[in-house]
Amino acid sequence: MLDQTVTADGRTIGGVVMEMKNITLRFGGVEAIKNISFDIREGEIRAIIGPNGAGKSSMLNVISGFYIPQEGEVWYKGSRRPPMKPYQVAQQGIARTFQNIALFEGMSVLDNVMTGRLTHMKTGLFAQSLWKGKAEAEEIANREVAEKIIDFLEIQAIRKTPVARLPYGLKKRVELARALAAEPSILLLDEPMAGMNVEEKEDMSRFVLDVNDEFGTTIALIEHDMGVVMDLSDRVVVMDYGKKIGDGTPDEVRNNQDVIDAYLGVAHD
Amino acid sequence: MAKTLTRADGPQSVPALLHRNAKQFADAPAYREKEFGIWQSWTWSQTEAEIEALALGLLNLGVSEGDFIAVIGRNRPYLYWAMVAAQMVGAVPVPLYQDANAEEMAYVLEHCGARFVIVGDQEQVDKVIEVQDQLHQFEHMIYLDPRGLRKYDHSHLHQYSHVQEQGRAAYDEYIKELRAREKKLNYDSTGVMLYTSGTTGKPKGVVLSNRNIIETAKSSSEFDGLRQTDDILAYLPMAWVGDFIFSVGQAMWTGFCTNCPESADTMHVDLREIGPTYYFAPPRVFETQLTNVMIRMEDAGRFKKWLFDHYMAHARKVGPAILDGKNVSFGDRLKYRLGELFVYGPLKNTLGFSRVRVGYTAGEAIGPEIFDFYRSLGINLKQLYGQTEATVFITAQPDGEVRSDTVGVTCPGVELKIAENGEVFYRSPGVFVEYYKNPESTADTKDSEGWVATGDAGFIEDDTGHLRIIDRAKDVGQMADGSLFAPKYVENKLKFFPNILEAVVFGNGREECTAFINIDLTAVGNWAERNNIGYASYQELARHPQVMDTIQSHVEEVNVSVAGDEMLSGCQIHRFVVLHKELDADDGELTRTRKVRRRIIEDKYHDIITALYDGSKSLSTETEVTYEDGRKGSIKATLEVRDAKVLPVATKKLAAE
Repeated sequence: MLDQTVTADGRTIGGVVMEMKNITLRFGGVEAIKNISFDIREGEIRAIIGPNGAGKSSMLNVISGFYIPQEGEVWYKGSRRPPMKPYQVAQQGIARTFQNIALFEGMSVLDNVMTGRLTHMKTGLFAQSLWKGKAEAEEIANREVAEKIIDFLEIQAIRKTPVARLPYGLKKRVELARALAAEPSILLLDEPMAGMNVEEKEDMSRFVLDVNDEFGTTIALIEHDMGVVMDLSDRVVVMDYGKKIGDGTPDEVRNNQDVIDAYLGVAHD
Repeated sequence: MAKTLTRADGPQSVPALLHRNAKQFADAPAYREKEFGIWQSWTWSQTEAEIEALALGLLNLGVSEGDFIAVIGRNRPYLYWAMVAAQMVGAVPVPLYQDANAEEMAYVLEHCGARFVIVGDQEQVDKVIEVQDQLHQFEHMIYLDPRGLRKYDHSHLHQYSHVQEQGRAAYDEYIKELRAREKKLNYDSTGVMLYTSGTTGKPKGVVLSNRNIIETAKSSSEFDGLRQTDDILAYLPMAWVGDFIFSVGQAMWTGFCTNCPESADTMHVDLREIGPTYYFAPPRVFETQLTNVMIRMEDAGRFKKWLFDHYMAHARKVGPAILDGKNVSFGDRLKYRLGELFVYGPLKNTLGFSRVRVGYTAGEAIGPEIFDFYRSLGINLKQLYGQTEATVFITAQPDGEVRSDTVGVTCPGVELKIAENGEVFYRSPGVFVEYYKNPESTADTKDSEGWVATGDAGFIEDDTGHLRIIDRAKDVGQMADGSLFAPKYVENKLKFFPNILEAVVFGNGREECTAFINIDLTAVGNWAERNNIGYASYQELARHPQVMDTIQSHVEEVNVSVAGDEMLSGCQIHRFVVLHKELDADDGELTRTRKVRRRIIEDKYHDIITALYDGSKSLSTETEVTYEDGRKGSIKATLEVRDAKVLPVATKKLAAE
């Protein structure tokens, strides 16, 4: 296990919090992920990049428990994680956003963010419908967390707006808010900036950095925009056709010949 | 209560007013702010404690008497407290516009030599850090919101709450010093310094004394009968004199509650939740709200639309008269009551105006239709005229004497005089002390007897005593035949049409007036969409024959209205063009506050002006434009010059008499 290190901008990065060991994932005859190993350290921003179809989203789905790999082991906080359902993974403190936005369109922003608190609710359905005693106190505490996140992501003005009426960029931000509401120790972001304009990307990057800085959340993200990845992340895993072809700091990865080939293409003689 | 206090024994400074309020209204709300979705509030006694803690903290940091303390950020109770705390320790608060860029900030901070800067958040911290090398006296910065600032070098950076904590901890050590400094404050000590926005040249620091602030707050509060139980929403820039007088001056004098919105974007929701009783907004805000109402009514069901139209027509007929307490028949009153139940009440509630007792608009001319719309709903909207140098109030409209074309009668204690060239001068207890470090400008503006030039031309109506502002004095000129030329007056009339965004009128020293028109892309585009008129660009829409016809009818309507005014009937527009591009601040044609820069426009478009006067039917022109990112390009266009119908003015004879 690695010791604590301090980055150039003063953040502390701790030891390994999650480790993927020799993961292989198949869909029938297709090998989406081929024997990949990498780790995520506490407090870092870890990017997974690669061309289309490289297996990035599959990798994220393995972490979030949506896919169970045929081979390999997932280690979380020092112990091997048995095969789990996604909700069990969420209860362990891993939250995510989705590439194609999966919000409850008919519900308000606030309600959507509150659903992120679900894993922290302990009172039963009966108590909650009566709105008595503990249920009330719990709801108030949860609302407070939700409001802090709404304030943090600067979406106060749309608090009561149904999600369906929001533009794409804001929906992405609401999704981030919902994931944060779970107060995760690891946050998985599947293409948080896809389809955004430059200004929206800048805003989102700022928020990702702020989340990491303010809450100390470990972040694993998939992103296509190389500029964003290189600016944000501490370490980068590069995938191509299900294989890991690079792993290291943005600078190391940028100068890796295999990575350059994968992205720019190589001449086949 | 407050009224019994006289100059001699009354509080002589803003901090003294604070202590009085903390005693008199101890448990009444003084400040509210929405945070985390809930309105947080502070009573007057809590406010006193908060401000005192900060003042002690400032002493602990080494603030000396006479220091300048800049305050930058959006409207938040903490920043208002910072201004009062600065006054308490004998320093001078200098609120700055939060959207100013780093260079503008550098100029002001260096000009006043601020040793301390109190800011809202990281954005402001970054701006000040960017320019701190240019600032020779700058020492410490205090910030409110710690977000994103944890990793910054904290040798000269302090968190607001920590400064307060240190202040509380050092209570015994500094309280005597604080009391001693407060005791020294009197009517003549400086209460605040506000920088004017500087449409011409560099911003000037207007020094206002406690006398200016308290006397103005007192007389204006009495003028409108403001009460301790009133509520205002503080959402306009803190650096603007109006906000200072409303949210600090009048709030401290009458003890009403200042409410701060959650963020700039939530202002309308917050407005609705608070339902202020005393409200100020520039015409632009009222315009936007009216447009929103109209657009939403277009989408409403047929019955609702009918109900709205029916009762609004009735409101227009009798609403203002009822508001002014004039005679209205019983039947009309009854119908108005019904309208209140079905339409006006719910509408006012949606807009957040249910409780407004006194509403003001100022800064620009407001369109008569917009003005009447709000008044017909029973909202007591009035106009006032003022400037920073007067501590806001020069004239205001008393209840019952409200019209859209005047700015009201002189406020209590204000004297007015009109110079020969038409320029308005005033003298009042609110007249500023001086421009900081700028004796020449002070002497230019304020004469030895205390009369201050407003730079505006206007006249006082004989029968009503109301002041009417015509134009900026330097823009007012004469036509070739000697009649008065007031471009802004005509431009405002043109701009009241939703289709016209901007207008520039020419005619100084000439035989007749002509105009440039900019169409409003939103309004005209909306019209084009409804009428299936396709267009690819602003330029194409602007020269569409039907658009030209519409604009021509607007110009002719304005001509009719101008011809009715005997002093200004010479200003009818004979010929006009609809410009091929929008006038833009990036091209230097407008100021950042969207005021027309006449000289620059005249130079840049001299070919079009020539065409307006030589009788040609069209012309080709090429104009350089600057894009938002600073790149330059050019637009070529063929413009049609149109003649507008002019009324053969009988009043010309009057002018000649």
